[in-house]
Amino acid sequence: MKFIDEFRDGELARGLARAIHREAGADRRYHFMEFCGGHTHAISRYGVCDLLPGNVRMIHGPGCPVCVLPIGRVDQAIGLALEEGVTLCTYGDCLRVPASDGLSLLQARARGGDIRMVYSSADAVALAQRDAQRQVVFFAIGFETTTPPTAVAIKQAAALGLPNFSVLCCHVLTPSAIASILESPEVRRWGTVPLDGFIGPAHVSTIIGSRPYEFFAEEYRKPVVIAGFEPLDVLQAIRMLIRQVNEGRAEVENEFSRAVDRDGNLKAQRLVAEVFELRKQFEWRGLNVLPYSALRIRSQFAEFDAERRFSLAYTPVPDHKGCDCGAILRGVRRPADCRLFGTVCTPENPVGSCMVSPEGACAAHYTYGRYRDA
Amino acid sequence: MPEARKVYARRLDIRHGQVELAHGSGGRAMAQLIDELFARHLGNEYLAQGDDGALLPAPGAGRLVLATDSHVVSPLFFPGGDIGCLAVHGTINDVAVMGARPLWLSACFIVEEGFKLAELALIVQSMAAAATAAGVPVVAGDTKVVERGKGDGVFITTTGVGIVAEGMELSGRAARPGDAILVSGTLGDHGMAIMAVRESLGFASPIVSDTAALHGLIAAMRASGAEIHVLRDPTRGGLATTLNEIARQSGVGMMLREKAVPVNPAVAAACEFLGLDPLYVASEGKLLAICAERDANALLAAMRAHPLGRQAAIIGSVHADPRHFVQMTTGFGGRRIVDWLSGDQLPRIC
Repeated sequence: MKFIDEFRDGELARGLARAIHREAGADRRYHFMEFCGGHTHAISRYGVCDLLPGNVRMIHGPGCPVCVLPIGRVDQAIGLALEEGVTLCTYGDCLRVPASDGLSLLQARARGGDIRMVYSSADAVALAQRDAQRQVVFFAIGFETTTPPTAVAIKQAAALGLPNFSVLCCHVLTPSAIASILESPEVRRWGTVPLDGFIGPAHVSTIIGSRPYEFFAEEYRKPVVIAGFEPLDVLQAIRMLIRQVNEGRAEVENEFSRAVDRDGNLKAQRLVAEVFELRKQFEWRGLNVLPYSALRIRSQFAEFDAERRFSLAYTPVPDHKGCDCGAILRGVRRPADCRLFGTVCTPENPVGSCMVSPEGACAAHYTYGRYRDA
Repeated sequence: MPEARKVYARRLDIRHGQVELAHGSGGRAMAQLIDELFARHLGNEYLAQGDDGALLPAPGAGRLVLATDSHVVSPLFFPGGDIGCLAVHGTINDVAVMGARPLWLSACFIVEEGFKLAELALIVQSMAAAATAAGVPVVAGDTKVVERGKGDGVFITTTGVGIVAEGMELSGRAARPGDAILVSGTLGDHGMAIMAVRESLGFASPIVSDTAALHGLIAAMRASGAEIHVLRDPTRGGLATTLNEIARQSGVGMMLREKAVPVNPAVAAACEFLGLDPLYVASEGKLLAICAERDANALLAAMRAHPLGRQAAIIGSVHADPRHFVQMTTGFGGRRIVDWLSGDQLPRIC
């Protein structure tokens, strides 16, 4: 495959790995967090860690959209489907996220809820257009990458004057999550999560650009290298991070220059700003309630806001007691540290959200890497 | 069919007609549908007996293999085939990979009221052509009609009977450490052919289903004298799931080489586009074979000499592993597990 195989080339990978072994100082350890689930998946899927020296360790970050979705939000979606009788549309991964009462959207569907998987927000709009009798709610999740399409759907519904379409908006912001990690006591005070730098998001950065990360590099003295989702991108980014650490630099560098620039996609940013505004606070799974970390629909589009249309209240629900997803999302623990991992909690029967999406740290480790566990 | 003309006032209007509830009710309309459609295309001496069951000659020495498979594929017609030939190939392959020579098939149709007779005729003709080409006749059948909205066009269940000589049976329990793992060609063609139609992926050259009956290829493989331990056709769940089943049944581990696994470039591209892994996508005309390591090259040569095995490859080996992991060395230079399929990747693929 042209333009794909080039980024998975084994020969180049071995060359890069040799360079990393050469450049990583034997007298120190390197701890890098890959923020995105896309990177977590690539690292596990291609066995990137097998090419790294023992003193370079990757820590999985919280950048997996369904992993950070708190139970209370999934409960809202299930309630809409089962109690309000709406047709609830969402992205595939969302369907299996465990919520209250042993339910997931998939199980709610088996109980008679009209819950559908869509590939795009436009599919949900089309569904509402086709059947005027049906209340269609799009359960919108994800970071900055999936936000512009939701904005388009809302504007489209407004232009069409669709009275039966609304959005349950759970879009969250990457910089808030990074700030939360850097401000956490484990990183800041206790040092239990040693963090020497970040691999910055790929697709998110195509929208927001590289500028928002400059604050972290300057304020927290942490190098950031934005990288694509292919395994060679990841390997190259690790090498760039090692160089920054060795040279005592803390800068934002861009390995993914084929798709990302400093300003990002201005058109998409304008669209998002037109439709959404900051929420004062939002609960994340694992990261707790973070101020100004998520988006809500502006009042001029209020009629398309499912929270207002159906007067939804938010009730926070604690995670399963034995589940370590929260600590795993903060990089404090690793999947295999969780006592539910691989026994009670598996991809077939996930207890925590990190076991759901292939981008989740637990699912990635279970699916690709658990042969390493003793 | 002069006899039928006498009994039925009007011939079945196959070009414009539709299936009605009466076609499944056991009365004259059903008899007409059987006579003018099913018997006309699938006809053979056993089907012509017209009794509740087919009276078949007892096969000679050996053991019988019986396999059954329901087909609910959507869409019914796809590049490279349709539900009719798929239903024949699928069951023949299930019998053949047990080491048996397939002898007979039965076919059960569940048809939705309002289904076009013209489409049903195409499906039955395709089924007949596949059965004839394979030399495995459909000797018994059944037709049911369900109300409009209670089915999705047509579902077909086929059952196959075959015979295997004593001592020549194959089983998923027979893989041994040291054995070689081979596949007969590119993986995932059928599943992606279906997905490409469903998702309206407009490729310049369409991906074509590989649906085919494999008993001829298997006969050639056995004639090579290679010590074959396991044969399987990687349908739903793809190669990955099939290998995991065998690893568990045999109590062994496996190591694959990613670079050795043959995948059609168009299939690889479509998988990339839809976020799927070809290792989990169904084939309907491919098999995987596990054989004694010393015979691997002879078996590979025998497979490649057959039209259905031209792109055969040795893709890995079996080793002892108490955890029964199927693993793979990636083209990138790392290692990973190739796990069971989790969830339903592609519903209604066959």
